[in-house]
Amino acid sequence: MADLYSEEAKEEIRRALKKWEEQVLPEWLSRMPEREEQFTTLSGIPLKRIYTPLDLKDHDYLQKLGFPGEYPFTRGIHATMYRARLWTMRMFSGFGGPEETNERLKMLIRAGETGLSLAFDNATLVGVDPDDPLAEGSIGIVGVSVPTLVDMEVVFKDINLGEVTTNMTINPPAPVLLSFYVTVAERQGVPYDKIGGTIQNDPLKEFIAQKTYVFPPEAAVKIAVDVMEWSVKNLPKWNPVSISGYHIREAGATAVQELAFTLADGIEYVRQLRARGMDIDEFAPRLSFFFDSHINFFEEIAKFRAARRMWAKIMKEWFGARKPRSMWMRFHVQTAGCSLYPQQPWINIVRTAIEALAAVLGGCQSLHTNSFDEPFRVPSEFAAKIALRTQQIIAHETGVADVIDPLAGSYFVEWLTDEVEERAWKYIDKIERMGGMLEAVKKGFPQREVEEASYRFQKEVEEKKRIIVGVNEYREEESEDVRKVPLLEFDQQEVERRQIERVRKVRASRDQERWSRALEELERAAERGENVVPYVLRAVKAYATLGEIMGALKRVYGTYAEPPYY
Amino acid sequence: MQSPRTTRRIKVLVAKVGLDGHDRGAKVIARALRDAGFEVVYTGLRQTIDQVVAAAIQEDVDIIGINQHEGSHFHIARKLLQKLEESGAGDIPVVMGGSIPLVDVEPLRAMGVKEVFLPGTPIAEIVKRLEEIASERKHLAPRAKG
Repeated sequence: MADLYSEEAKEEIRRALKKWEEQVLPEWLSRMPEREEQFTTLSGIPLKRIYTPLDLKDHDYLQKLGFPGEYPFTRGIHATMYRARLWTMRMFSGFGGPEETNERLKMLIRAGETGLSLAFDNATLVGVDPDDPLAEGSIGIVGVSVPTLVDMEVVFKDINLGEVTTNMTINPPAPVLLSFYVTVAERQGVPYDKIGGTIQNDPLKEFIAQKTYVFPPEAAVKIAVDVMEWSVKNLPKWNPVSISGYHIREAGATAVQELAFTLADGIEYVRQLRARGMDIDEFAPRLSFFFDSHINFFEEIAKFRAARRMWAKIMKEWFGARKPRSMWMRFHVQTAGCSLYPQQPWINIVRTAIEALAAVLGGCQSLHTNSFDEPFRVPSEFAAKIALRTQQIIAHETGVADVIDPLAGSYFVEWLTDEVEERAWKYIDKIERMGGMLEAVKKGFPQREVEEASYRFQKEVEEKKRIIVGVNEYREEESEDVRKVPLLEFDQQEVERRQIERVRKVRASRDQERWSRALEELERAAERGENVVPYVLRAVKAYATLGEIMGALKRVYGTYAEPPYY
Repeated sequence: MQSPRTTRRIKVLVAKVGLDGHDRGAKVIARALRDAGFEVVYTGLRQTIDQVVAAAIQEDVDIIGINQHEGSHFHIARKLLQKLEESGAGDIPVVMGGSIPLVDVEPLRAMGVKEVFLPGTPIAEIVKRLEEIASERKHLAPRAKG
């Protein structure tokens, strides 16, 4: 046992605490009543006035914390953490057509960004071409439009894919976008074993949150697992899934729900991969995660620390992983978009800085900081640069990156880490009893939980139980300055016209026979239940478009629509 | 709940148009309006303009509320108002809410959108405004129906 406090010491502390509560506190409380009867975290976890060693119940240092780079990895997955290498500063970006996005990526690289992250427009996210009727008026607005291999080549013009790593936030069309990417890399002369990056490819959370679903749940998971399996066997440096809590949180989940649902999604994918006969240590090191960093500072730090400890335990104890790397929870963090407001928008810079600090104190591997103008639109260059500079200040000026897991040992932080963990396990147990996350999603369980939490939060804001500066307190008439915030401007109609023209040109100029054969073979392979990735890759090289490839898959797997409830 | 036509509850269609999947706001609003005594019809995601117009007429709603986080609010407003007009339902007021730049609010109003609610608007304020809009319409343009 490596308990830090002997029974005697604890008894002494207990007596002293009692004395303080009886003799010191009452007078203060009568003179200076507290602001709230019960403080809670943003997720509703009740907080005590003060935490002491007595709150570290059964706290065995070596068992619960240990050392960075060692099981259970609470203190970090690497032994040297940021002392050796800072987290990757990875700014999610993309807008307009491939030309505009290529310019933005190059600007960010010049400004010191260390990894790329592509944001796609809604048409690309749900796998339709720019001339699809539902996409009308939306091309290039929330991200870049990439319906063909030709577009992807333009996105990465003059960017060496052997030297950068790229994250792609794409889900149902993941096999298509991955095929675009590896083909562009291949044509640049980059071998498969040098291609590094991440594809989100996490369909379960699409039903819970982001809602860019296309296929029904079973099929969606099958296709995603195809991408994972193929990538593990062909792209040794690629993360073929980013198991994402971010969107779940943004949809209104609590920190505990975000953590629990993300882990439960991960457990489902692990089971599916094992069912294909793969060994846990073959694929587990390639699984990666993605969390939100919200504004309730300590709760977020506790969540990140609990996440690492829980995943390590799941991998080791549930699935029998042997390699330490299989037990690492490597995660990307994005600050909370939903914590930003259009009122007095500049103060969003402060919110983002605090959230980014929590992510770093929580030990993330990469980080995106939101821009202050995001309640309005995709960020301007000016706003994106401030967001990147925020990370650079945290890294180089504050000193918080110089000591590993500096908040460990705080009675409060350790208590809260345990508390978040315990609450998350309860959810995971419940989901396990339903038969795992795929079944739970089909029953609508996580969906309802998130909606309840989001409504609860809104009511708290309405009732001013939660104060949001500039929104329900400290409000101002919007000054003229807000209207003058220089938002990103580009000719959207022109981009849409150009993208439609390009996709039509690609369709008209390809080898029609090779194209139709590739799509036909893809459809047959999907019917046989084979891994679809090699066939998608062939179709991409035959210049089949995103919408056509997704169309072939939809014919085999069907589509999904959420029932319109609220 | 049956109530005579004249005193019926205000009926609102909460709609998501196009491919935008952000439905947190739409669902919160739908629920909050229901709790405030409105009758709410929610379309679900990925609706076309034609589907929204058809639903609004079919359900005989008093107000159409479009939730938008994609940035295509001008496009949607233009097409929706035009389609309503063509379908003889140009008297149904349209309101919008979501991630809409402040500078776009006036131009949207000028196009004929009755009200634009930005994130952070208190629900009580939305309720009050919708009640005003509904009563204005009843006063100005009673629909001989039912």
